[in-house]
Amino acid sequence: MSRSSGRTPVLTPYLQVAPLALIMLAMVGIPIVTVVLLSFWQSDGIAIYPEFTWDNYRLVLTSPVTLTLFLATLKYAAITLVATVLIGFTCSYFLVFHVRNLKWQIGLFLLCTIPFWTSNVIRMVSWIPFLGREGVFNQALMAAGLIDRPLDILLYSDFAVVLTYIHLFTLFMIVPVFNSMAKINPSLIEAARDAGASGWQILWTVIVPLSRTGIALGSIFVVTLVMGDFFVVRVMSGGQSASVVSAMKNQIDQLFYPEASAMAVLLIVVVLMMVSAILRIVDIRSELAR
Amino acid sequence: MTQSTGRRGAGFWLLAAFFALFVIFLYGPMLVIFILSFQGPTGGLTFPLRGVSTHWFGDLWSSTRYGDLGGAFRRSLMLGAMSLLITAAVCLFAGLAFRRRFWGAGPLFYLAITSLVVPGILLGLGISQLFQLMGFRLQWWLSGLGAHLSWTLPFGLLIMFAVLNRFDGSWEEAARDAGASPWQVLRLVTVPILFPGLIAVALFGFTLSYDEMPRSLLTVGGRNTLPIEISNMTTNVTTPALYAIGTVTSVISFTVIAAAFVAIAIIQKRRARAKRGA
Repeated sequence: MSRSSGRTPVLTPYLQVAPLALIMLAMVGIPIVTVVLLSFWQSDGIAIYPEFTWDNYRLVLTSPVTLTLFLATLKYAAITLVATVLIGFTCSYFLVFHVRNLKWQIGLFLLCTIPFWTSNVIRMVSWIPFLGREGVFNQALMAAGLIDRPLDILLYSDFAVVLTYIHLFTLFMIVPVFNSMAKINPSLIEAARDAGASGWQILWTVIVPLSRTGIALGSIFVVTLVMGDFFVVRVMSGGQSASVVSAMKNQIDQLFYPEASAMAVLLIVVVLMMVSAILRIVDIRSELAR
Repeated sequence: MTQSTGRRGAGFWLLAAFFALFVIFLYGPMLVIFILSFQGPTGGLTFPLRGVSTHWFGDLWSSTRYGDLGGAFRRSLMLGAMSLLITAAVCLFAGLAFRRRFWGAGPLFYLAITSLVVPGILLGLGISQLFQLMGFRLQWWLSGLGAHLSWTLPFGLLIMFAVLNRFDGSWEEAARDAGASPWQVLRLVTVPILFPGLIAVALFGFTLSYDEMPRSLLTVGGRNTLPIEISNMTTNVTTPALYAIGTVTSVISFTVIAAAFVAIAIIQKRRARAKRGA
């Protein structure tokens, strides 16, 4: 801002931002470069040699497992994304347009976000007593007479994995969608109603388009979180399913760092392509500046 | 608003029911493990409750089956505290810096966002390999702390942006006009006004670090943090002790969250009163 630049020295912002910049470079920038470098290095399973090779990429790209892993991961991401958008949009819509008392609105919004500050591991674990063979679901279904034998597909299955993803990540959708919905000027809806629009028309032609920044931001979060997960898929599928990162984690455990790095670089490329596709549909930066 | 005068229709109740179901979905499973952690000594991982006891909490500390839980707990609290202080301080100054144009602001912002969207384990791999290439040993208080900061700082920065959005720079201007030194402006004007926001940043700093697992896994060296110990327990432990540690760590998280909210509420109430009194 011009009003303060006349008083404070030019150097001030650099000094103020230096700690952040140093930590970000040392702990994010350089480590990512390290992973990229590592993906071109050789290894024999015991030690790593700093000699250039394409072998890691050749191995990763020619293996049929890679494609299967990526497809499995994309499937998880797609199902989770659809579910979180539907749930996130509906909950935000309720909070913004139906809860009229501001205190209640903020209170209920916080209720949706508080789990963010608690342990993801514990929130995942908490599904085990629900979904197991003798879990709450099976007991309830049997008591209701709907089934006569417990269902096995509830826990340690793809169903459990996706359910846990939705449980863990929906709040990453609610927060940005709520924010962009809260900015919608109520008089726009009033105007649409005066012009004779039905409730559904208002929803589709006014509210959904004006919430698209939030939906896009939330989608970026959900997609990257699902694509980066290795723990939920390992535990909740009982080791039966794998994702890109869980396979990468296995390679790391076997000390195949260069191969794991090549896989990681491939994953980053795919994730970046998905993020830029989302950004192409919605120009988040210009929308946020509004 | 005119709509507020209307009677609540079926749409409202349908949406309210959906929202209530979502809240149950969000909290229900957690409540169940809190209840199950008080299983009697012969109880299992699911209902029914075989008596009510604190047996499994005692088991956590007395049994050697669970590894170094006490040490992991201490390390996680220490990391949380360090990360709280560093996140609050670093993000305060970085937020102030971002109010002006400076060279490299764009790339730095994108680096911070990158840190949020990159898979945590990948960053852990990068940090651990970097340390090893440079001949440093992996230590929970150095490489581990750095990995945690790569997670807490970007969130802190985004919160700081939101906080500073509502901050009027003319208060600082007035203090400067009255002859305050830059240090006095910061200490007596900027920080006190921003304090509720800084509490929020600190809340992110502590809780995100305290519960962090994927970035810690490869970077803490030989000594594990609590989330790593718990995630090991998910595959090894088949007793309600798993739920007991879940209850313990959740109680700590909820206490910290509540303390932060209460502190913010007290400050705002005091301000409102001061405004009325003036």
